[in-house]
Amino acid sequence: MNDPRAKEPRNHGPQVGRSVPRKETHAKLTGTAAYVHHLVLPGMLHGKVARSRVAHARIRGIDTRAASALEGVYRVLTAADVGKLIPDPHYGPAFHDQPILAIDKVRFAGEPVALVLAYDPHVAQAAAALIEVDYEPLPAVYDEVEAMTSKAVVHEVLKPAGTFPDLKHLAGKRDTNIALDYHLERGDPAKAFAQAAHVFEHTFKTQQVLHLPLEPFVSLADPADERLTIHTASQSPSFVRIEIARLLGWPENRVRVQVPFLGGGFGAKLYIKLEALVAAAALIVRRPVKIALTMEEQFYTITKHAATLRIKSGVDSAGRIVARECEVWWNGGAYADIGPRVTQKSGFTAPGPYDIDNVSIASYALYTNLPPAGALRGFGIPQLVWAYESQADMIARAIGMDPLEFRRKNILREGRPQATGTPMRDAAIGQVLERLAQRMQWQAPFDRGSGTVRRGRGMAIGFKASISPTTSVAIVNVSADGSCHLLCSTVDMGQASDTAMAQIAAEVLGMPAERIAVVHPDTDVTPYDMATLGSRSTYHMGHAVKRAAEDARDKLLALAGELGVPPETTPIPDLFKKKYGMQAGNVIGMGSFVPAYAPTDHATGQSSNVTPYWMIGATGVEIEVDTETGVVTVTRMINVADAGKAINPAVVDTQLSGAAIMQLGFTLTEQMHFSEGQVTNPSLADYKIPGMLDLPAVIENEAVEANEQAGPFGAKGVGESGTFGVSPAIANAIEDAVGVRLTSLPITAEAVYRALRKAAGRPLDDE
Amino acid sequence: MKTIRFELNGEPVTAQVEPHHNVVELLQTMGLRGARESCGQGLCGCCTVLVDGLAVSGCLYFAAQLDGARVDTIERTEREGELDVVQQAFAECGAFQCGFCTPGFVLMTRQLLAHNPAPSEDEIRHYLSGNLCRCATYPEIIRAVQLAARIRKAGA
Repeated sequence: MNDPRAKEPRNHGPQVGRSVPRKETHAKLTGTAAYVHHLVLPGMLHGKVARSRVAHARIRGIDTRAASALEGVYRVLTAADVGKLIPDPHYGPAFHDQPILAIDKVRFAGEPVALVLAYDPHVAQAAAALIEVDYEPLPAVYDEVEAMTSKAVVHEVLKPAGTFPDLKHLAGKRDTNIALDYHLERGDPAKAFAQAAHVFEHTFKTQQVLHLPLEPFVSLADPADERLTIHTASQSPSFVRIEIARLLGWPENRVRVQVPFLGGGFGAKLYIKLEALVAAAALIVRRPVKIALTMEEQFYTITKHAATLRIKSGVDSAGRIVARECEVWWNGGAYADIGPRVTQKSGFTAPGPYDIDNVSIASYALYTNLPPAGALRGFGIPQLVWAYESQADMIARAIGMDPLEFRRKNILREGRPQATGTPMRDAAIGQVLERLAQRMQWQAPFDRGSGTVRRGRGMAIGFKASISPTTSVAIVNVSADGSCHLLCSTVDMGQASDTAMAQIAAEVLGMPAERIAVVHPDTDVTPYDMATLGSRSTYHMGHAVKRAAEDARDKLLALAGELGVPPETTPIPDLFKKKYGMQAGNVIGMGSFVPAYAPTDHATGQSSNVTPYWMIGATGVEIEVDTETGVVTVTRMINVADAGKAINPAVVDTQLSGAAIMQLGFTLTEQMHFSEGQVTNPSLADYKIPGMLDLPAVIENEAVEANEQAGPFGAKGVGESGTFGVSPAIANAIEDAVGVRLTSLPITAEAVYRALRKAAGRPLDDE
Repeated sequence: MKTIRFELNGEPVTAQVEPHHNVVELLQTMGLRGARESCGQGLCGCCTVLVDGLAVSGCLYFAAQLDGARVDTIERTEREGELDVVQQAFAECGAFQCGFCTPGFVLMTRQLLAHNPAPSEDEIRHYLSGNLCRCATYPEIIRAVQLAARIRKAGA
């Protein structure tokens, strides 16, 4: 994407570290930006999904007669139709467990059972409601801890996809809901607990929430010319191509995946969502098919793991944590999606950014009969930070130590080994903590309110490893007039990656970022990228782009040498003119990147190099609690992060506050409610996301002065860091204000009010 | 099917509409992309359009009701070539991320400033509380509205 109206700065200077206006500014402000949402192809059919109304059942039969008979219906498809095209129609990034349409069985309420195709989407919708399914109900399991031992089993047999080595041992396992058990052992926790001066054990819970991008999931497949083109709102075009090609038994080059802008992603639009269904439908009817979900249907597509977290800490008489035991149960819902990676990749950071010699972690991915859970802005980290940073304050309070002092005493310092054994490197944990404390004026007197409005403050700090090892490839194409295309499959879903990547290429090529047009993902044209997820793009794709630009620059210099002209001073257009006799030709640079990685040991969870970089995020809040209603108002929120060197400081600031406000919703108001596995609040009317009136009066963000030595121009990821500390900072502030401790999310006014009544010895009648 | 006539961004147009078609569906068949259906319940503001000068939710407004109306969408500025004061302020403040909700915010901000040229921060928050931004670009949007108000005042 390039903004032809953007004026190039006259003296452009360094491009990295400059708050370059986003390339898509004009397109987004005038409503002309391209989203799949708007895409229409000639002869296109609309697909509407008929969904399961029960959580767990055998399918005795599907009656599609009334739907098929409705005037205007083109075709009704079930698993039987899909199976003729794709003999094994199961997909998924970690397990091949999810059928394109339900086969013989449904595993959650909302699961796609049939698809109606019609030229008019209203007709398709009406017909979908006429599909009758005869179910034989099965016992269901909803709770992640119960799923460990439940007689209700969601999948008869485990089917790991084969892509992740640490899942291979699960192949063929039967009668279990455990989709991955990850263990880490370090030191001698039993001995350390026995010797500890204090031992604390608490259990924390987080609720199921979801991403809710304002552009709901949408995909369109076009089967023209014996190949398949999929236009899709996806964060992972390369994965879509590979997975669809695998399902069809085709070579990758028969599948083309194109992605324009996304109207939000947050981890929802990853791997396969609608793409397999839309591809199968289009190939069966040999016409373009578009499926655009409604807001309601997003609640049945992908969510964030609810989790139960038990954390036990041994502390010595000086306030040092000497041992920690963490058990985490992740509620993955009916299909694994990327849940097992959340279980492992986040699991190993469960003890927090603390220097603890004796650690034991067990992290379990569990199948239940709820809508599937995957990655949501933080990949499990916000759930873990909720537990360990809530407990940090509970311990500090119990041993009479200031919470800031307790953290200072225990945080992981540079060079010290993290629980996996990997030494911390370029992880500004101490700096982030100190900057937060300074901004909060932690040592200064604090107004605690009076009467029915009590004030408190709290802080929390978390950290995250990058998903690893993953690959990015980029191409820089210099045209004869000196303008430049950057081809990469990073998806711009609002995080300004087009702009940041152009800045990196421009820095190398010595030109303003405005001169570089970024080609949006098109797998026929843009090279492979693992996906836009986990705050990996700036580092991984950033490296690939830098290398591609360096390759192009070196070729331009070589061309100057070949032509016998001064390499540094000859304008690029003159090189091409001299070489080809006119404005013609290209210089193409290529770069790829995959970081070094040492896999974790299956028995001990240890690794010498578990991540290419660490992300650090901390949040401090000042709050008011209305003791008559339980309403919590965040009056000031401070988000501090280590993002390495900021490529675009304005964008980094926006990423930090955007992530923190999103997490504020997950902390105070958002929760999927269920009745027998059915979501009872699947709309924005009943599921409350933050709006203007929910903002803290003051929001401050800071990316500390830091440098990731291994990063492109010192940069690393920042898209999730703002989420880490929000929830426990608020719970800590509530205890500071009114002396009650909340251990389950969300912290609704009702939850606070109930806790206040209980603490006063006057619990509500229903407790 | 009914034939309706209305003024769209200053041009007279006619359209054939079914009774159940909403304004967003109609505008999209006319090639306009700015108003988008998201929540489908009039709660998010992504589908905002101006009908006879008043902001309405295009997902809840029947297309047939546009007969004889004056309709303005975000595309009006694009036709006129230059970004208006509100859009310039949004650009300056980086007041968008994924961009899906942005046209709705721009239109509501225009309406706010037309009624209240110097809104307080509290008034801005209340006026725009019916527009949702899942990327949570709210702090930047508040700053953009304040900047737009200052530019308007300086230009008046």
